[in-house]
Amino acid sequence: MSRNKKGADQAGDGLHLDDLPRLGRARVVGVAGTGPEVTRLRELGFVAGTEVSFARFAPMGDPMCVRLRGAELCVRAREARRIRIEPLPGAGGDA
Amino acid sequence: MNPAPRMALVGSPNSGKTTLFNALTGLRAKTGNYPGVTVERKLGSVSTPSGPVDLLDLPGTYSLLPISEDEAVAVTVLRGELEGEDRPDAALVVADATSLERSLPLLAEVIGTGVPACLVLTMVDELKARGGSVDLFRLQRELGVPVVGVVGHRGVGIDDLRALMADVKKWRQPAEPPPFDTEGRFAWADRALAASARRQPAESERTRRLDRVLLHPLAGPAIFLAFITIFFQAIFTWAAPAMEAMESAFDALADGLLASAGDSLPMHLLADGVVRGVGGVLVFLPQIVLLFTVIFFLEACGYMARAAFVIDRLMGWVGLEGRCFIALLSSYACAVPGILATRSIPSPRDRLATILVAPLTTCSARLPVYALLITAFVPARPVLGPFTLQGLTLMGLYFLGATSALLFAALFKRGLLRGASMPFYLELPPYRFPSFMAVGVQVWRRVKLFLRRAGTVILAASVILWFLLNFPRTAAPAGASANEARQSVIENSLAADLGHAMEPVFAPLGFDWRIDIGLIGSFAAREVMVATLAQVYAYSGEDDDTAGLGIILRRTDPATGKPPLDLPGALALLVFFVYALQCVSTLAVMRRETGGWKWPVFAFGYMFVAAWSLAFAVHEVAARWLQ
Repeated sequence: MSRNKKGADQAGDGLHLDDLPRLGRARVVGVAGTGPEVTRLRELGFVAGTEVSFARFAPMGDPMCVRLRGAELCVRAREARRIRIEPLPGAGGDA
Repeated sequence: MNPAPRMALVGSPNSGKTTLFNALTGLRAKTGNYPGVTVERKLGSVSTPSGPVDLLDLPGTYSLLPISEDEAVAVTVLRGELEGEDRPDAALVVADATSLERSLPLLAEVIGTGVPACLVLTMVDELKARGGSVDLFRLQRELGVPVVGVVGHRGVGIDDLRALMADVKKWRQPAEPPPFDTEGRFAWADRALAASARRQPAESERTRRLDRVLLHPLAGPAIFLAFITIFFQAIFTWAAPAMEAMESAFDALADGLLASAGDSLPMHLLADGVVRGVGGVLVFLPQIVLLFTVIFFLEACGYMARAAFVIDRLMGWVGLEGRCFIALLSSYACAVPGILATRSIPSPRDRLATILVAPLTTCSARLPVYALLITAFVPARPVLGPFTLQGLTLMGLYFLGATSALLFAALFKRGLLRGASMPFYLELPPYRFPSFMAVGVQVWRRVKLFLRRAGTVILAASVILWFLLNFPRTAAPAGASANEARQSVIENSLAADLGHAMEPVFAPLGFDWRIDIGLIGSFAAREVMVATLAQVYAYSGEDDDTAGLGIILRRTDPATGKPPLDLPGALALLVFFVYALQCVSTLAVMRRETGGWKWPVFAFGYMFVAAWSLAFAVHEVAARWLQ
């Protein structure tokens, strides 16, 4: 499901939340960009250091649901590509 | 005497804020709007050991950054900057104990406004059941504010909270304010939790199991569809006995009035204008109660959010998002709360598109009209298992309204409302068995609204229509029967003049001037159509008062040799009601929410064109193939 992974709307290289289904678990690095929509994503808990884990895709493949900070949140692939993540230390690539 | 202290209740959606508000205030909440804006304002009174405290329930928000109108209201109230609203003396910040890591940063923002704050942890029973914990005493020390744990729907901890609310002066507040920026606030919360023996609860086992089925790629959508089908079937069949009982009771009352007090004009106004007019609408109360009970129950369970999750991709195709679906779902009850619910949609374009199509979803005011016409014209033939042709027709009308709303939304988003969209996010709360009181309170609020409308707008419309139908008084021709005399009054009435004036427009759809009078009545509120037709036909029918309105509509009129409405005309009328925006309240709320007459006029126009053209098409097709 990680289509168009390195789209033009992304800031820099590295992993993004749409890679999470592959990783299983990861840690948030930050949200790219500015403006109210970015603020909103951060206020929802996507701040640096927060652990996220993949829960499921919606029946039609989008949005996806992730667990963070004790809650389940759904985001669309388009927003997921704005959230930078990094693998957890010591975790394999295909957990 | 000093006025009661004023406190504000702050918390995110799903935090248990509403349940707590109900537990503290009971059923005595006053609802209204904040001055100048359209965010709902709810004020209740809480009894505490030191006397009553006014509790203001602020809109549910994740943060106090004023991105949406709800958040803007919450923050201006807390800062004491909202015109006409006193600054609260204290704030109760409500946080779900099972997801404190996400809800605690809001407390930092509230402390930042300078209002004395305390933290109320809800769902502490669920926290324990799922193997999580937090040391409230240490948390209180770390945060620097009072902390109380409660189980809102069981009343656990409510007395402790009342005691705390009794004396704000004793509340400890942090020596230095918490950080203001987002990252800083989350770090502040994480630090406090780490120092308070916080153990995150395990994932809810019940939720995991239910979601494995309810959100399954195949089973999920299938269950969603099955649920909607059974839902509409149930509303139509389960509510029927209560509705029939109410109908005969109102008829008996009207007949009794006429029989006991004689054949005077004021008595006719009371019996036909008031009792039969308002009663014809009140009989739909059982259906409305059932509809709202199911909707609010599923919302409180957590299923509605799943429905938005399942349907979001579809909404994405038409250019909207899951929250628009929730607003449209509210419109099934009434377009007015549906349009108000669009305020939580962050994108102004998505919001406007949703407002423009919300009246197309089948509101409960259409239900009386649909019920009348379906019962009269569609046979109750079993089709498959428990499903009858009547139930399926009703479902079809709901489906037609829903798909039309989506199609028009797609059209608007690709045409006049084109532009970039805002991010989508949605929280899936754990499944929770709702408290009956919480559901009951919400249902009661809607019922009260409906009853108030029946007692005011619909009563007034019924009385005005009675006068239009009965004046000017014309003398009946000599030797005419009582029934012929009534006919002659109606045919010479002001209402008949209006109906005849409309006839050229609606004759192609198979509506005669009597149905046109009903359309005029329906403009006050759609369900007034039923009351109006009751007045028009109660007079022109046979001297058989117990015959239902539906039977009168279908039965051949001896004067014309035709029934008042034939099957193609009835189907056309149903389709007309799916599309036409005949509702003063909806137009008024649209004007308020969009800041002018431009959009309500546009909405009225496009919906009338759609209603007329499609009703015409249905009439033509039905006249050719069904008769």
